Formats: sequence, structure tokens, C-alpha cells
Amino acid sequence: MASTIDARGLSCPQPVIMTMSEMARTGTGDIVILVDTDTSKENVMRAATGKEWNVAGVDRDGEGYRITISRV
Amino acid sequence: MNKVTNFFSSRWGMIGTGVFIGIVAALLQKWGNPGNMGVCVACFERDIAGALGLHRADIVQYMRPEIIGFVLGSLIAAYLFREFSARGGSAPIVRFVLGVFAMIGALVFLGCPWRALLRLAGGDWNAIFGILGLAAGVGVGTLFLRTGYDLGRSQKTQTIMGWIFPLIMLGFLVLTFVFPQITGQDKNGVLFYSMKGPGSMHAPLVISLVAGLAIGFIAQRSRFCTMGALRDLILFKQAHLFFGIVALVVAAFLTNLILGQFHPGFDGQPVSHTMGLWNFGGMVLAGLAFALAGGCPGRQLFLAGEGDSDAAIFVLGMIVGAAIAHNFGLASSPKGVGPYGVAGVIIGLLVCLFIGFAFRKKTA
Repeated sequence: MASTIDARGLSCPQPVIMTMSEMARTGTGDIVILVDTDTSKENVMRAATGKEWNVAGVDRDGEGYRITISRV
Repeated sequence: MNKVTNFFSSRWGMIGTGVFIGIVAALLQKWGNPGNMGVCVACFERDIAGALGLHRADIVQYMRPEIIGFVLGSLIAAYLFREFSARGGSAPIVRFVLGVFAMIGALVFLGCPWRALLRLAGGDWNAIFGILGLAAGVGVGTLFLRTGYDLGRSQKTQTIMGWIFPLIMLGFLVLTFVFPQITGQDKNGVLFYSMKGPGSMHAPLVISLVAGLAIGFIAQRSRFCTMGALRDLILFKQAHLFFGIVALVVAAFLTNLILGQFHPGFDGQPVSHTMGLWNFGGMVLAGLAFALAGGCPGRQLFLAGEGDSDAAIFVLGMIVGAAIAHNFGLASSPKGVGPYGVAGVIIGLLVCLFIGFAFRKKTA
């Protein structure tokens, strides 16, 4: 079961901080992050790949994006 | 379009942005802007406050087209790439206060982070104290971020709300065409124009405007941010944005060398003073305020251009802060800090620390 982080409406660097702490907490598995700006999308993806997580998918979700990252 | 987006958010896109800003800034100085001030967001907003008569320091009054260009260039990029998004409501009053004190700190040092980098690239070693102060201030800011500091979520709002600040900038541009500078006059209509000092030194209007538009455009695409560069390095050990500011310094330095604008030393540097402690202290305050507000003054302009009215409020705070700094003797001059500059920095630090502690979420 993937955990979901709702970072919509939050400004830099909150979405990355939340993603980082969730990655550290779970270690492996899937995490879904909801963001509402392209900047946050890029930052979250950069943070995930920097920690050797895979970006499994990026989908439009309303006005923002639904990013799925995973690590086995 | 997606490919271009990806390029600018890549490492080389970020480095390219820094190189572009560094070269353009050095050239703007060559074309008339003040020494080591090809681009300075804080100084130029201060000049705008002066042009509007919000302060009457007659050496720093000019409606700087670069600032207008930054916002409108970002607006154009945001629309072209479908990123314009009207949003706001994340603690606007706090952002206003942070803007006021960010400007007071910057004017004690005499420059925003952009100018600190340009001063370094021009050989003004006093900037080293400023940059160390900036890093210290941002470092304190990251301690708050680590312990749950958060100004809360912004909300989507009507598109027109995101247009208000760009329209204000457009209004300023119209004013400069209706009341252009007249040689030998310190005022035309509602706009003040410096006849001496840094406010009297500027590149031709159209060049400044085009340079501002170009910088605004690519900085919106790349998310260039001088505060974020230090913050991400300290907080995440991530150097993406940092490459941008290094590129800026190197490019500006090389361009300065070619143009004969590199003059190393501490004394007699343009629009600067040699009080190391307050060069440091002013930028601690500015760095902390920028970190708590989530962006350097340039980034706040680019965000305002893509519809973020919280960032716009921060900018208005900075313009009001400039008026306060010059009306009440907080701003420094080449002679040193103003009579109330030190008090301003100390009060500002206390206010920022209060904000930092007060806006921490309980469970972080």
C-alpha cells in the first residue's frame, strides 16, 4: 500500500522536505506525492532520483500532478 | 515544448541561466548601470521606491526597467509553457513583514544576494562578508525548516488575481513612457529621477527592459534562486541551484576582466562600505528573511510573474522596506552604516526569529 503525501499549495522547499522524510521513513516501496506546480514536480523528482528512488509515473491530477516514486 | 522545459531544469540549463545572468549583468554595467550593480534586485526596487517618491533620497531614484522586465518576462514564459497559476493566501502579512526586513538587511550590506555575487565577481572583497552572512542567515533558516517551519498552503484563486502584480509593473512601465527622464530635471510628472549618485546611472531604457525580460524568461524556466542555492546545499546536500550561482560569478568575473571592470580590493569599491561586521550582519538578516519566505528577491519576482500573489506581497514589503530604510536612516552609504542601521538589523533578526519559532508545526 503506497503512502500518499499531499504537498499541494505548499511552497519551496516543503514538498521536498516531506518527500525526503517519507523516503527515509519507509526506505522501500511506493510513495505517491501530490503537487500543484511544475517547480515542485521537478524538485520532487530530482530529490527522489538523487536518493536512488525511481520515478514510476507522473500523471496530471486536476490542476497539478500525481508523482509515484518507488524503490525495491 | 516539454523538451525545452526539461533542458532548463537540467544541470546545464541551470548553469546556462547563471552564465547568461552573469554576462548580461556585467554588460549592463558597461552600458551605464552602477558599479558591480548590473543587476541588483534590492537596489533596483529601492530605486523604484525612490522614483515613486516613497523615499526622498535623491541619489537613488529611478524606475528600473529591469525589475519590470523580470516580472513580465516570467509572465510570458509562464503563459507560453502553461505554468501561469493564480495562487495566494499563504500567510501574506508574514511575507510582507519578511520582505520589509529582508530589504533593511540588504540595504545595510548594500545589495541583494545577486549583487553580493556581482560584487565578488568585480573584485569587491567586502562582498565576502556579505556572502558569509547570507549563508549564515540561510543556515539559521534551514534549522527552522528542519523543525517544521511552514507558512501554510496557498490556494488557487481567480486568474485575474495573479495578474494584479504584473499589471502594476505594466503600469510602472507606462509611467516611464508618459513621464520620461528629462536631462537636468530631477522630476517629471509623478516620477523622481536622480541627477547624481547610483540612481542617475543606468543603461538605456530599452536595453534594460529587454535584458530584464530575457532574464525573467529564462529564470522562470530554470527556477534560478540564489537563496535556494545555499539552502538546498545546506538542507539536502543538493547542488543543483548552487551550480547556477557559481556559473553567474564565473561568467560575470570573466566578462568583467574582458571589459576592464575587475578591480580587486576592499577600499573605494563602488556603492559599498568596509564595515565587515555589518556587511555580514545585514546579510544574515536578509538571508534568514529570504529563507523563511522561500526565495531570494529575484525568485520572488519570477514567482509573482507566474501568478503567485504571496511572492508579490513579499516584493511590496521589500519596496516599503526600502522606503523605511532611506526615510529613517537605516540604509548604509559608502561612509558606513546609517544611524539606525544596526538597530534595524537587530530588531529584524528578533522579528525573523519570532516568526521562525511561531510558525513551526507542532508535529514535525
